[in-house]
Amino acid sequence: MTGADVLLWSADIAIALLLVAMLLVIVRLARGPNLGDRIMALDTLTMLAAGLIGALTVRTGLELYLDIAIAIALVGFLSTVALARYLLSRGKTGESR
Amino acid sequence: MIETLLQYLAAVAVLSGAVFGLLAAIGIVRLPDLYTRLHAASKAGVVGTGLILIAVALISTDGAVILRAILGIFFLLLSTPIAAHLLARAAYKAGELPTVATTIEDIDG
Repeated sequence: MTGADVLLWSADIAIALLLVAMLLVIVRLARGPNLGDRIMALDTLTMLAAGLIGALTVRTGLELYLDIAIAIALVGFLSTVALARYLLSRGKTGESR
Repeated sequence: MIETLLQYLAAVAVLSGAVFGLLAAIGIVRLPDLYTRLHAASKAGVVGTGLILIAVALISTDGAVILRAILGIFFLLLSTPIAAHLLARAAYKAGELPTVATTIEDIDG
């Protein structure tokens, strides 16, 4: 077993683990209970998607994928900021507990 | 020789990054309120994705790709705390209360 084989296997396992993680985060996205939880779940989902594409870069060796991962992380940060501003501007709603 | 060593290091980095991502997801599902969930999500999220980007930088031979991976890690370290803090602040202003497990009630305990 050479180093390249070990790398491919660990990239495969990493992709599987990240997919399980994304499923768990989608559970929290569906359950809520509030808007803040859903924004946090979306933020983590985009972060995990960037990690997944990074693992795909390791798996396939196509280094163009790295740009997509960085772009997804950027867009995820901007959308989180925008949604948090929306949550702030909406004011008290009394929906929590 | 050095190439094999870098491949093993990248394998360790990509696996531990994925494990960190999974731990963040488990924390998001299991922890009781928004603030504790943010604690799990932001910290483990940035470490998980950052370790995977480090793995990409380790196995690459192209200088531009390595530079982009390092810039990506730097950007993650810069943006994730800001997003988490902004979200926690907005949720607190919107009236989201912390769970009773993390607050101290001295009188009506």
